[in-house]
Amino acid sequence: MSILIDNSSRIVVQGITGRSGLFHTQQCREYGSNIVAGVTPGKGGIHIEGIPVFNTVAEAVKYTNANVSMIFVPPPGAADAILESAAAGLELAVCITEGIPVRDMVPVKAVLKQSKMRLVGPNCPGVITPGQCKIGIMPGHIHKPGKIGVVSRSGTLTYEAVKQLTDVGLGQSTCVGIGGDPIIGMNFIDVLKLFNEDSETEGVFMIGEIGGSAEEDAAHWIEEHMKKPVAAFIAGVTAPPGKRMGHAGAIITGGKGKAEDKIRTLTECGVTVASSPTKMGEAMQMAIAARHSGKKKPD
Amino acid sequence: MNIHEYQAKEILNSFGIPIPRGRVALTADQVERAAKEMGGRCVVKAQIYAGGRGKAGGVKLVHHPEQAQEYAKELFGKTLVTPQTGPEGLRVRRILVEEAVEIAREFYLSITLDRSASRYVLIASAEGGMEIEEVASKTPEKIHTLTIDPFLGLRSYQARQIALQLGLSGSVCEDCVNLILNLYRVCLEKDCALVEINPLVVTRAGWLMAMDAKITFDDNAIFRHREYPDMMDYSQLDPLEINAGKYDLAYIKLSGSIGCLVNGAGLAMATLDVLKECGGEPANFLDVGGGATREKVAEAFKIILQDGDVKGIFVNIFGGIMRCDVIAHGIIEAASEVNCTLPIVVRMDGSQVEEGKRLLTESGLNVQCSDNLGDAAQRIVSMLG
Repeated sequence: MSILIDNSSRIVVQGITGRSGLFHTQQCREYGSNIVAGVTPGKGGIHIEGIPVFNTVAEAVKYTNANVSMIFVPPPGAADAILESAAAGLELAVCITEGIPVRDMVPVKAVLKQSKMRLVGPNCPGVITPGQCKIGIMPGHIHKPGKIGVVSRSGTLTYEAVKQLTDVGLGQSTCVGIGGDPIIGMNFIDVLKLFNEDSETEGVFMIGEIGGSAEEDAAHWIEEHMKKPVAAFIAGVTAPPGKRMGHAGAIITGGKGKAEDKIRTLTECGVTVASSPTKMGEAMQMAIAARHSGKKKPD
Repeated sequence: MNIHEYQAKEILNSFGIPIPRGRVALTADQVERAAKEMGGRCVVKAQIYAGGRGKAGGVKLVHHPEQAQEYAKELFGKTLVTPQTGPEGLRVRRILVEEAVEIAREFYLSITLDRSASRYVLIASAEGGMEIEEVASKTPEKIHTLTIDPFLGLRSYQARQIALQLGLSGSVCEDCVNLILNLYRVCLEKDCALVEINPLVVTRAGWLMAMDAKITFDDNAIFRHREYPDMMDYSQLDPLEINAGKYDLAYIKLSGSIGCLVNGAGLAMATLDVLKECGGEPANFLDVGGGATREKVAEAFKIILQDGDVKGIFVNIFGGIMRCDVIAHGIIEAASEVNCTLPIVVRMDGSQVEEGKRLLTESGLNVQCSDNLGDAAQRIVSMLG
């Protein structure tokens, strides 16, 4: 078991004929992902690298039974691409596109609340179930099949965390990059819930950043519901105070968003927080060891 | 992307929101002429990309044109330091001269994104003025919020409820309903990350007016608004940051001596954390982003080298979308172009890493490669120690 994707996932790539769309389609296929179709409006009927290209996602689903989408459509059309994949009845869309305007994502998020489709991203590295399926832009070789679930708001920092996990001998069940945009599909809690229920995941590593209150929300959920050990790292402890967006942002978040606050809340909720970005693998080992020694919450 | 108060007001006005009569001036003589136009008694307001100007001495009520001119002479070129500018402050290059308005009441009104709801939210308070954050933390009951349904939009009855909560009645209440609906139109049509009127006032004569306004555009939506880049006042930005912006690099100057070149914001922040932990002081935050090209990396490198405080460079690249050989070419290209002799520590991982390392070690630069983040950070710190 794993979460979200495995070797039975049938992938359609939206924006397959673009430069990065094609490059990463090839990379994912080399990793072993089953890419069954591509979609580029106006280019339906051609084959690219042996993959049939359709004008719409609905057609791609009809002819290839695709159930997961990987989206590389540029920002002006990306929100539409997400809505199209939901309308075509897909189970999951992973949107890699960076730079989608907030105004476009607000209605998308509202539609997804009524839809059975899950969205990962946008502006994320994607999802990988090591040894089975990679849907995204992460380097496959740093991953190793195993029992740690990884969930992260960051891109490249996730690779660093995964590498450290692999280096200390902890393989991964599935790694999910949820993306760093103001509006994203699945959040920390959505992914934690799946890891909590996944029989192959024995612990979770979470990577957060300064800003917003997603990490605090996740911490409280972990304290109440999580059956498995969780370790975390929060980037930006030494970041200078950012440029403020007027007063409104601060009012909405109630002054939350500082790294110290996030670390304190996570620690209080029983999460082992890595003290340094060089100690992420170690922190996961400590969280597991603490659980095995019978302590529910490490001090 | 930020714009000035006067630009924000022009936008609001074009959507039917009343603003005081005013003129922007670039010289003290223009300020004097504008003051004459306003009838002598007027408000002179420094235009900088930050709030909190009043307390920093950037806003003044004057009584005749000569006084306006005198004050303008003092303001132009002056650096204002407010709680929102940081210690280095911002220099005044433009001044807004406005008619003096007799104010009866002040309110706060804004629309921004509520991240937790993934919807726009209207925020209103009868306690307008400068200390709205204090109002929010001390008396949250005085802050009224309304989450906006993206499909229904903002409806008149909802806007009326807010206007009534602000204590308005009669025709001014209905004016406020229209103003709120127009504010939401501004937010959507102009792709605002924030549109804020603070204070929104009722004048002695009973009219609603936006006395101060702030608009921040969604940077991701600039492709839809060709006029936005022309609205930017580059004098309000760090020259290195402007240069970085041209190449789509995120650069923030810091106070230390270690120049940092990193891919991805999270990893860039973690890199600063690790350098500080090792006792080093980063000179900057620089994220070359996901789809960086060889040219982008080269430009990033040059930007770092333009900072005279930089004594050594730390490159931390975890290639996913990026290829390490591309990074290496960029570094070599830029370093040879500017004859860089500073010590460089490169930590690379990801795709084509061996090729990248080979290119660097054979380049003849003063460069060391390392596979491990902690080790690499330690090396650059001790090299500069």
